[in-house]
Amino acid sequence: MSRALVIGVGNRTRGDDAVGSAVIRGLRADPPAEVDLYEESGEATALIETWQGRERVILVDAAAGEGSPGTIRRFEAHEGSLPAALFATSTHGFGVAHAVELSRALRTLPPTLIVYAVEGEDFEAGHGLSLPVADAVREVVGQVRRDIQPNFREA
Amino acid sequence: MSAVPSRRTIRVDALARVEGEGALDIEVRKGAVSDVKLRIFEPPRFFEALLRGRLYSEAPDITARICGICPVAYQMSAVHALERAYGVEIDPAVRALRRLLYCGEWIESHALHVYMLHAPDFLGYESAIHMAQDHPGLVELGLKLKKTGNEIVSAVGGREIHPINVRVGGFYRVPTRAELLPLAEKLKWATETALETVRWVAGFPFPDFEQSYEFVALRHPSEYPLNEGRIVSSKGLDIDAAAYEEHFFEEHVPHSNALHSVLKERGSYHVGPLARYSLNFDRLCPEARDAAREAGLRPTCSNPFRSIVVRAVETVEACAEAARIVAAYEPPGRPTADVVPRGAVGHACTEAPRGILYHRYRTDEQGLIVDAKIVPPTAQNQKTIEADLWRFVGENLRLPDDELTWRCEQAVRNYDPCISCATHFLKLTVDRQ
Repeated sequence: MSRALVIGVGNRTRGDDAVGSAVIRGLRADPPAEVDLYEESGEATALIETWQGRERVILVDAAAGEGSPGTIRRFEAHEGSLPAALFATSTHGFGVAHAVELSRALRTLPPTLIVYAVEGEDFEAGHGLSLPVADAVREVVGQVRRDIQPNFREA
Repeated sequence: MSAVPSRRTIRVDALARVEGEGALDIEVRKGAVSDVKLRIFEPPRFFEALLRGRLYSEAPDITARICGICPVAYQMSAVHALERAYGVEIDPAVRALRRLLYCGEWIESHALHVYMLHAPDFLGYESAIHMAQDHPGLVELGLKLKKTGNEIVSAVGGREIHPINVRVGGFYRVPTRAELLPLAEKLKWATETALETVRWVAGFPFPDFEQSYEFVALRHPSEYPLNEGRIVSSKGLDIDAAAYEEHFFEEHVPHSNALHSVLKERGSYHVGPLARYSLNFDRLCPEARDAAREAGLRPTCSNPFRSIVVRAVETVEACAEAARIVAAYEPPGRPTADVVPRGAVGHACTEAPRGILYHRYRTDEQGLIVDAKIVPPTAQNQKTIEADLWRFVGENLRLPDDELTWRCEQAVRNYDPCISCATHFLKLTVDRQ
């Protein structure tokens, strides 16, 4: 069985877009066993390549849709499409939602692909995470640990 | 009585399958096009100002951040401009490695555009995702071809996006022969696949649409241009990069956050695959030239819709050239030449996948950048894209709005515009009255 994979998507230097990276850093602080932790820009073809052949993948990205900053949404992308409007488009208009659908069409979508979308409020270059998103990071780190290790119990 | 309304508005509020944020507004009054605006609202990025006060050695890594698709182009224009400023001579093996790195970026960028962004237009699909549902094998092929490009950039540049191994003078580390050899077999496959791609796209339906462009591209005495050559045009321009600003200038237009670049004497011009191909057909390798002929291309191509075929031909060129460099590779004695900064100005133009990319730097004696100028290819093509649309819409007013809108977007995608680069793009509006 392939190792589980957690992908943090986004740009570390653009405010709340860094949420994916921040979750990966949170996981690295106490690395879960048998899990790979990657950071990606969100470019669709790279994402598809990264998760190809994996059985269990968890992806964390920022969202710019509706709802208050810090809101965490969890999707089981293997079950159905992601709401494309939630995810900011990436290079050449191919973002996470597109990567999921392209991979589904190519039949390379992992059997389990859980996507966390954390609502951001500030995506300015040079800014750090906003307070509500920083709080959400701790929550998502805990949820991801439970997703990758169903027997994990918080200390 | 007339089925054609006298006033029409065609609006695309967010152009898809282009890099960055832009829109297109077209006004039709009394059955004729009265205005075309390619509106670029991707915010300006002020990279030129950001470079001021930074050390010359930071320029390749800072400017690489302008684009995730063509970072190598920015690095190459930066290092060549600064090396010319400081009179640095480059080891021939370093020169070959830089060509290899650039071939990687061309393969990556052209495969993405041909398969994922432009082919759906010709085959009647809304997107590559819809195309993948019917033709998964084609999309897989495109992705695998793109990956070959990524692997080259990784092997030479240190990582796939925003490579970290390029420096003024050469590289921080050069690959060993053993590290490059695994690319040989992959490039053999990629060259064959690129040849098949040319045959595939040559069969697409193309509108009969020839424009009389002034093509501008680099021209090298013996090679298909990447890093070196004089700036030449189909109307007799033949200059060194140092004379670029004597012949070209940038003007601000209210509807675009990207400056429009024009030739001082003649106005709009065309850069990119069509220009490169038409000015350098005789510099293509025999495989690429034969593939072009077999695809029905003449030595000059002025139909922008056929740019997809030219991009495929250039992919053959890049794969075959990369294979030759890998086969002949012997690491240089030193990864970099010595660089001694001085108060100087340096200019360079290189061929990014979308066309010529001009950089100019002035530094002080310590090598601190006093000012910088960067003119990306999409900024240079904006006026030409608008000119294409004026004529194309005028000739296709009989089409219903939804089909006309689709065709206009396709016409914009002929240029593979990179709006993020240009603002240092698309919504479409056609207003018919």
